[in-house]
Amino acid sequence: MEENYAIEMKGITKRFGQVVANDGISLAIKRGEILALLGENGSGKTTLMNMLSGIYQPDEGEIYEDGKPVYIRSPREAFSYGIGMIHQHYKLIEVFNATQNIVLGLDDGRLDLAAAAKKVKEICSRYGFEIDLSRKVYEMSVSQKQTIEIVKILYRGADILILDEPTAVLTPQETQKLFTVLRNMKKDGKAIIIITHKLNEVMEVSDRVAVLRKGKYIGAVNTSETNPQMLTEMMVGHSVSLNIDRPVYPSPQRKLVVEGLTCVDEEGITKLDSVSFTANTGEILGVAGISGSGQRELLEAIAGLYPVKSGSIRFVGDDGAEKELVGLTPKKIREAGVGMAFVPEDRLGMGLVGSMGMTGNMMLRSWKNGRGALVRRKEPENLAKNIMEELDVVTPGIDYPVRRLSGGNVQKVLVGREIAGEPAVLMTAYAVRGLDINTSYTIYNLLTEQKMKGVAVIYIGEDLDVLLELADKILVLCGGRVSGIVDARTVTKEEVGLMMTEYRPEEGRL
Amino acid sequence: MSAETRTPLIRLVKRTEMAKGKVFGIRVASIVIALILGCIPMLLTGTDPISAYGVIIQGSLSRPIYIKQTVKIAIPLLGCALAIAPCFKMRFWNIGAEGQITMGAVAATYFALFWAESVPHVVLLAIMFITAAAAGGLWALIPAFFKARWNTNETLFTLMMNYIAIGIVAWLQGGPWEGRKGSQLIPMFQDSARLPTVLGVHCGWIIVLALVFIMYIYMNRTKQGYEIAVIGDSVNTARYAGMNVGWIIMRTMFISGAISGIVGFMIVSGANFTLYSGVADGVGFTSITVAWLSQLNSFAMIAVSMILAVIEKGANTLQTRLSVPASIADIITGILLFCMLSSEFFINYSLVFRRREKKEAEA
Amino acid sequence: MTTLIALIVAAVTFGTVLMYGTLGEILTEKSGNLNLGVEGIMYMGGAFGLAGAFYYEKAAGELASGPAAISIAILSAFAAGMAASLIYSFLTITLRANQNVTGLALSIFGTGIGQFVGEFMRVSEGGYVALSNNLKESFSATVFPDFMIKIPFIGRILFSHTIFFYIAIVLAVLMYLFLTRTRYGMYLTAVGESPSTSDAAGINITKYKYLATVIGGGISAIGGMVYIMTTAGCVWNHEGLSGVGWLAVALVIFCMWRPLNAIWGSVLFGAMMIMYLRVSVPFIPTELYKILPYIVTVIVLIFTSMRNSRDKQPPASLGENYFREER
Repeated sequence: MEENYAIEMKGITKRFGQVVANDGISLAIKRGEILALLGENGSGKTTLMNMLSGIYQPDEGEIYEDGKPVYIRSPREAFSYGIGMIHQHYKLIEVFNATQNIVLGLDDGRLDLAAAAKKVKEICSRYGFEIDLSRKVYEMSVSQKQTIEIVKILYRGADILILDEPTAVLTPQETQKLFTVLRNMKKDGKAIIIITHKLNEVMEVSDRVAVLRKGKYIGAVNTSETNPQMLTEMMVGHSVSLNIDRPVYPSPQRKLVVEGLTCVDEEGITKLDSVSFTANTGEILGVAGISGSGQRELLEAIAGLYPVKSGSIRFVGDDGAEKELVGLTPKKIREAGVGMAFVPEDRLGMGLVGSMGMTGNMMLRSWKNGRGALVRRKEPENLAKNIMEELDVVTPGIDYPVRRLSGGNVQKVLVGREIAGEPAVLMTAYAVRGLDINTSYTIYNLLTEQKMKGVAVIYIGEDLDVLLELADKILVLCGGRVSGIVDARTVTKEEVGLMMTEYRPEEGRL
Repeated sequence: MSAETRTPLIRLVKRTEMAKGKVFGIRVASIVIALILGCIPMLLTGTDPISAYGVIIQGSLSRPIYIKQTVKIAIPLLGCALAIAPCFKMRFWNIGAEGQITMGAVAATYFALFWAESVPHVVLLAIMFITAAAAGGLWALIPAFFKARWNTNETLFTLMMNYIAIGIVAWLQGGPWEGRKGSQLIPMFQDSARLPTVLGVHCGWIIVLALVFIMYIYMNRTKQGYEIAVIGDSVNTARYAGMNVGWIIMRTMFISGAISGIVGFMIVSGANFTLYSGVADGVGFTSITVAWLSQLNSFAMIAVSMILAVIEKGANTLQTRLSVPASIADIITGILLFCMLSSEFFINYSLVFRRREKKEAEA
Repeated sequence: MTTLIALIVAAVTFGTVLMYGTLGEILTEKSGNLNLGVEGIMYMGGAFGLAGAFYYEKAAGELASGPAAISIAILSAFAAGMAASLIYSFLTITLRANQNVTGLALSIFGTGIGQFVGEFMRVSEGGYVALSNNLKESFSATVFPDFMIKIPFIGRILFSHTIFFYIAIVLAVLMYLFLTRTRYGMYLTAVGESPSTSDAAGINITKYKYLATVIGGGISAIGGMVYIMTTAGCVWNHEGLSGVGWLAVALVIFCMWRPLNAIWGSVLFGAMMIMYLRVSVPFIPTELYKILPYIVTVIVLIFTSMRNSRDKQPPASLGENYFREER
């Protein structure tokens, strides 16, 4: 019955260095079907699809189209097989209008934008896209840009469409419109794969669901025969014991009080929607959520790096006095005596100076210290040496540019520096992303150590197993809103997973 | 269907690091290649390249008087390269040094013309020095302000500012400051407005050498130098560290313009003793290449500016002795710059050939 | 009235020079390359254009014809400009050298070559290089018959210019059509806006950048030749040519990277540059007229950055080199 499948992937394995991103995955999709590819961040969904769209080649395994083996070596070749993928980052020329972007790169004789526009309009009316062809891209909303990307692929004759988290940037109304279009395309006999981790959307739009977990294929089920609880279990799996030590701090105090925090980005999209929580001393507050749920904005807003629309962020001093941080620059926050440490997600682009050595990077926190115009190098130098020794940073020397260090060592330098400032609040974003197991445990231990010193730690993570064992409390973000704050000692992985995707049990709040 | 068919024959890869000796070797090789390529225009015009290079070296370095003249050419180049370095370190492409020199020269000239009789020599020079620095700095501050406030393209802005400054001098020359009516010339400075000479060259060389040390320390040892380096690496990191990026851009441009202004002062007060619209004479542009090829290192700038000065001074001798047009200096300088710019490619990137890569994979 | 007509005619003469420089640089910048070497390129165009015409006449003697001399001058200037920009392209596109520094180096190199060739010709030909009066005439003559020029008023304004002016207008229109109506023009714009997007769409970035920069350089160089052969009277004159290339760079900004704007923009800038010779306004020193083009350009630059209208911005990738693996 293989001929029934539009695309069949068999035993696909893809490695990046030591990391196995896809491990013997087999997957198939029929024409006239919407397949949801479900999995947590880093489960290998995008990698797998990139092999269909010609960006990567599999190390092992075969791909069949309509039963015939195909070798897809570039996005162009993928088009020739009728496969098109819409990536999360749109590739459009801002000063061009829709039609111009749609025909960009095609080479079919004389340029006739009027004829192209006509063809585009046909496609649009066929599937129910609403699009103003003469508009320039820079005047468009995100969802309109996405529409162009989809039409671009249809224009090139694709009948197998892959959409990588298409709803991540859309409003609920826009999402509904997209789903209508997808259903129309399905009726037209197209095969559609959507990569997602939003369960409600999976239930709503897909015919079948295939689940990946940590690079492995878990299984596929018909949507009509499953439910969110079952999918969550498939997606997150059973808890794995990591044996992270979690001592209890005797007397937690309020340290950081966030109330009704709302942030809007440059394009007017709400990134944080009345977020409220309290971070206590001697506690690790884990923040869970699918990527892009407002984690980055939350930490940057607290650090004074992201504009706050409304709400308050108050720092509670040792004497119980509260200081309002909203509206203060990072410099002012420090001058106000607020000991805040921040390990940002973009380590080399925000937390460190890649071209400088460890000493230079230590100075990033202390360069203003001391009188006079000259920088003090002695203390940062000693600090660099200390960190190098204590955290086993592997580097040819403390003046060796940190950009050239391995990811784990880069993170040790960053975390080491932030902890050295003896902060009262320590915020980390994806602190162990890309690190090996040993370094990850070093980081966990450091964070726990800080907690036991009475630091209020905020830990944004993507691995639920770690969050459940490392954190004391877990705050779950979903689309910029807090969907629950739960006790990490009692909550289950499935419960957190459901909250992340907005299927929240009523008793979830603490 | 192996990866081999996908890999192009030659592939570019960013190099991580190269041994210091090898880097030095590549740089020297690029200079040698430039000198060989420089033979082509000479051969085309029927000049023997070897004797021509001999004349260039002789004419610039063989006698103390020549050396003095060569140094005189190198002083503004070096000074201005020092001015540009902080901007380029910050990735603020200031190509307006030409105008900043000119405005510095204007300020200095004002006091040279109108205050020469009323204040003592040293005081006059000090006033000229300070006002030249202020004028150059303020001139540079204009584009910096718009960059900091509205992110106005600084490359194009600073470029335009050059010609506005030059135009202002052209007006002064034929208008308010004109000496003899109709001469289109500003009168020569009186002795009290001229820089004293030390060891046969105007004392600007001492100022510039002092600046080499000062700027080296400024860039490598001070808080402000540190801020500049951080911004040049990543504006986000600078913000994260609590730096006021716009303010630092303006401050740095002021300092840069001020140094260029001082260079302008040294040119009018030490070399030309008058002001005319061509006072900067391309120094602002050439010094950008000096700064860039020195990797913004103050001490390397001494060497690079001396090399260019030798070529320029030597070419003048070449013209008188072998009647080769002195513009050969610009040609050789151009070739030298092209070769040195190209050499950076071989330092920063490596070419990976398909076959070699396969072997490496097996190893 | 006659003053005004004389002013316009003179503005067009100088504007023609600028128009070539500007059109060439527009094409170059559309590909994302900021070539600051225009000054040098125009010097080379001037010197080689003159050399081409001069040695042609020397070889052909009595048989030398005006149209042939003009064609040869254009071709030699164009070739010189292409060669110069080829150096720039190789350094910035293939070797990824800093565009600003490379452009400045090309300026130094090009002015050197131009000067060298100019002076070398003077020296080797015994002091004076000039075309015969006949040929000179053909460079500065108009293509239209006498009666059209004599049409009152518009005759001189429209029909009295050299052939180079009309070629430049045709060139501007062609470039406009190329950029807005053809596939390759559209792709070139895309390359200048976002090389990574264009690369992903399967456009050969390197090819577009090379072609635009090299042809653009050739066009700019013709401007230098036009200056030497018309305004300077077929004699090498480096002082007159100095600064013209930079003015062309300014004009590109003033024109907002649009070829059709270059037509009136060049004439306007031309007028500002020669106004001091013809018009005197009380209280404004004539010398200051010459900085007007630059001031106007600065104001345009400031306003576009303040208004932040996406349609009127430099090509988004201007000045940056593209290296695929960095994305």
